[in-house]
Amino acid sequence: MAVSPARIASRRAGNVVFVAFCSLVTLVALVALALILYSLVVQGVGGLSLDVFTKSTPAAGSPGGLINAIVGSIMMCVLGMVIALLIGVFAGTWLAEYAGNSRYGGAVRFLNDVLLSAPSILVGLFVYEILVAPFKGFSGLAGAVALALLAAPVITRTTEDVLKLQPTALRESGVALGSPFWHVIRAILWRSASSGILTGGLLAFARISGETAPLLFTALNNQFFNWNMTRPMANLPVVIFQFALTPYPDLNKLAWAGALLIAATVLTVTIVARALTKEQKRS
Amino acid sequence: MSTAEILAADPAAGPTRSVAKGVGLEVFFEGICFAAATALLAALGGVLVSLTIGGWPAISKFGLGFITTVTWDPVRDVYGAAGPIVGTLITAALALIMALPIAGGVAFFLVELCPPILRRPIGTAVELLAGIPSIVYGMWGLFVFAPAFAKYVEVPAMAAAPSGSIWETLTQGIPNGSGILAASIILAIMILPFMAATLRELLMTVPAQVRESAYGLGATTGEVVMSVTLPYVRRGAIGAIMLGLGRALGETMAVTFIIGNSHGFPQGLFDAGSTIASTIANEFNEASGLQSAALMALGLVLFLITFTVLALARLLLREQARL
Repeated sequence: MAVSPARIASRRAGNVVFVAFCSLVTLVALVALALILYSLVVQGVGGLSLDVFTKSTPAAGSPGGLINAIVGSIMMCVLGMVIALLIGVFAGTWLAEYAGNSRYGGAVRFLNDVLLSAPSILVGLFVYEILVAPFKGFSGLAGAVALALLAAPVITRTTEDVLKLQPTALRESGVALGSPFWHVIRAILWRSASSGILTGGLLAFARISGETAPLLFTALNNQFFNWNMTRPMANLPVVIFQFALTPYPDLNKLAWAGALLIAATVLTVTIVARALTKEQKRS
Repeated sequence: MSTAEILAADPAAGPTRSVAKGVGLEVFFEGICFAAATALLAALGGVLVSLTIGGWPAISKFGLGFITTVTWDPVRDVYGAAGPIVGTLITAALALIMALPIAGGVAFFLVELCPPILRRPIGTAVELLAGIPSIVYGMWGLFVFAPAFAKYVEVPAMAAAPSGSIWETLTQGIPNGSGILAASIILAIMILPFMAATLRELLMTVPAQVRESAYGLGATTGEVVMSVTLPYVRRGAIGAIMLGLGRALGETMAVTFIIGNSHGFPQGLFDAGSTIASTIANEFNEASGLQSAALMALGLVLFLITFTVLALARLLLREQARL
């Protein structure tokens, strides 16, 4: 079969266009994203100072920092993660070990995946309805619950995935030694899957530490330093949101500093999580 | 079995088989696991129920008119959500149209074209960027992108648009850098790394033999991607795209900063608008009574839209995984 040179030429040309398009677009995308990170670092470092870590959020025009927001964010994230780990690990265990191919298991698995990417603002509204409206007050506790609801599906998913990776022989040998199955899960399966579960936890933490929308209606904000989780609580994302929208340059600067702190935290946690997975694959 | 029990047991009954410690806890443990799984289901159900109950006063008062009328007037207590709904759909669709070719290009580049040395660093960078919180994109949009966009795109485009043409209609609005198109661009940038990372992962699941046979037949790189690997993962790819769409539909912070927050129908690409999420974020804390119910009802609309999109996405991705 004769191949016409014209056809070869047009196919080659088409390929050149394709390759050029892909390379160009990758370059553009990377440059755009690098620009975002660049301005974040430049503006954020410009806003960083010792005050950021020692003083509470100021009114416009007076010096201040973000310490109340940083502490509030950490407290809510930690409590949220504790709740999410409890729910997520047990739910993931149920899906991997008990649910099998049951219909209910399938439904939970499917809806968990939907919940995984559901708009976070709706979770905020839900928690507002159950924890803020009935108690007539915003609270750090409500914020933590909202964050937990966003983190739990991630942990459930990873827990189920890593448990399913554990060899069946592991379960069988445990049971053959006369151990009850729940004990096999707790003492053998969870232990051998621990680094995978930890990775899931870290990814979930990275996800919730920057969440803003659900905190707007739950933890709200607080101008002052506060350890009490039953009261409105300052937190970095909401402070960033409010300060960025003010016309005052010093508050805008603090917002950039906060954004840099969050982005740095998220990136660090994600990198640690990735390193953990790599190590696990190697061993 | 405790020592006391062993001592109390009748020796004549012969040796007793000792039962492993904690067998009784089996049911208990499974119960906890089941309860946790059910809690997740209840959370999703709870979102739906609480939005319906919270939004009921508005739904029962305005009925279907709620989603078809444009007036959003807290003073007269009349609420129509057509503006935010249309704003949500338009920004998400525009963002998808802009992000899709770029995300595809990045994924193809990483899987087929990239020099091996760069493959890992670029792939990792894309994945890391997918995790950056949306508020960072929103801030960048507000402080860096919007001024530049107004100066270099909006003003020249409005000046260049011939009067009476479709361009003039499209470029209506105030050239201050915020508006429908600006919000769509920020959304596109935000979902880009996520979609690129998911597409890349999908393309890497194509068996090497499939790709190599196509190359062996003399296909060019472009032909391999377009007629072999992409069709191979098409269900999953559509699922990944819809996941990106779901993100764009429900995104709050990146949009709230830059869409301009005005109710009503956007008249052009540069005109200020609003999305469901940005309306809720802006007004919920100051709202009471019927307005608060109307915002809850808006949330319900968003829930139904995103649930449909996400459910479809997951079904498609799952079918792909089964192949």
